[in-house]
Amino acid sequence: MATIGHQIVFWIIAVVMTVAAVAVVTARNVVHAALYLVGALMSAAALYILLLAQFVAWVQVLVYVGAIVVLMLFGLMLTNAPIGRASLDNNQRFLAAVTAGVLFLVTSFIMVRAFEGQSIDLVREQGTLTESVGEVIFSAYVLPFEVVSVLLLAALVGAIVIAKRD
Amino acid sequence: MFDITLATWQILVIKIIVILTVVPVGALVGGYAEHKVMAHLQHRLGPMYPGGFHGWATTLADGIKFLYKEDIIPAAADRKVFSLAPAAIMVPIIMTYLVIPIDRALIVEDLDVGIFYLLAVGSLSTIGLLMAGWSSANKYALIGALRSAAQLIAYELPIVLAAVVVAMLAGSLSLIDIVETQNWPFAIWPPGIGFIAFLLFTVGAVAEMTRVPFDMPVAESEIITGPFTEYSGMRYIFAHMFAEMGHMVAFGGIGATLFLGGYQPIVPIPFLDFIPGVIWFSAKTMFMIFLFLWIRPTFPRVREDQLQKFAWKFLIPVGLALVLVTGAWVLYV
Repeated sequence: MATIGHQIVFWIIAVVMTVAAVAVVTARNVVHAALYLVGALMSAAALYILLLAQFVAWVQVLVYVGAIVVLMLFGLMLTNAPIGRASLDNNQRFLAAVTAGVLFLVTSFIMVRAFEGQSIDLVREQGTLTESVGEVIFSAYVLPFEVVSVLLLAALVGAIVIAKRD
Repeated sequence: MFDITLATWQILVIKIIVILTVVPVGALVGGYAEHKVMAHLQHRLGPMYPGGFHGWATTLADGIKFLYKEDIIPAAADRKVFSLAPAAIMVPIIMTYLVIPIDRALIVEDLDVGIFYLLAVGSLSTIGLLMAGWSSANKYALIGALRSAAQLIAYELPIVLAAVVVAMLAGSLSLIDIVETQNWPFAIWPPGIGFIAFLLFTVGAVAEMTRVPFDMPVAESEIITGPFTEYSGMRYIFAHMFAEMGHMVAFGGIGATLFLGGYQPIVPIPFLDFIPGVIWFSAKTMFMIFLFLWIRPTFPRVREDQLQKFAWKFLIPVGLALVLVTGAWVLYV
């Protein structure tokens, strides 16, 4: 059940998010694109909060905005991030559009199929879902969780090996 | 439970007004304390004239002075990003005040993921610093921004690990619960673990504020004022001075909450209960701020490579080991 209040908040967030997401791909300057990405990701976090998933929302902020976008900006500024009108376009718009479109169709198909007919009672739901997220991760999904952490460790070691080629 | 009605918006407006009053007042007091404490540590008087009594109005006068300065934006700068950067630095700092419990019932928003929220929001100011440095179109500003980003990423981890230790010992992520579990004398948990976590947190906090022993990003003898080199007037105040003071008060409050027992009396004696929690909280926050101010005139600046090595090769391994020990403590003791 979503009340009028939820509707209003949802539409504000949705409009901000869409505008920011469109700006990410249309911006001529890579740094501007990365900054618009911050807006899109923060709006996604706001949507999670609206769905009572506070923990997921702040993970989104910490990991995507606080770490990934910062590293993107860091990498851009260390290498080549021109100020002003200089464009770093590689003229592969068609390919990019096709990829994005296909990905969008596939994910929305999967999401709709997976959650069809399910809804959260936003008004009557008690508390938030932090504890249940923790319980599920460390009981039912503990193996995938550990596999992912080993994978990340391997990526970390690999990065160090590549960077340390003296 | 969670309905968005007109009352929600009204409460929201009141909360925003309260926070927007508390933060500048805290920053002004912090600025004054910095002038005076440092002066007395160095055997000086510090500001004595503005306002009459021991120069109490110095920071206010400073603010008014900056209000009258010209707001200069360099011709080659990226105007939009340049003018937004101070806000991108300030907003996350203001957001940290939302979850700090000043008394049992005096908290803007009691999130059940309070401590995690603090860490998430704390990681956001980096973006503002990168924006400021890059948009200035100045090589010193860019170097400063890269230095601050590298430093903030490195020193966030000791703070995260210290916070993880606290959350494990308290068995909760809510800051109210964390304060309520601290009934021990001197309010630092199992003596060794809590104290090491406290040291990790303090060092990390000083580095996050880019204050003196760790002030490579704004090292004036090398890169002028780093990311803030091109800023002037109010934008400079917001991006640098105000942000640093606001950050210091926020970290003082976080330290008092996580390690010193927040609004609880310092020792669990019923006799001390007549002193309200607000006073205990303020006293502990002031103590933390005093620690930060004390560190500044005491240590020389560390070099950039030493600074990175200290974080990655010393603080983070110590923090990881501490998390392991705490896990064993929680499981078996």
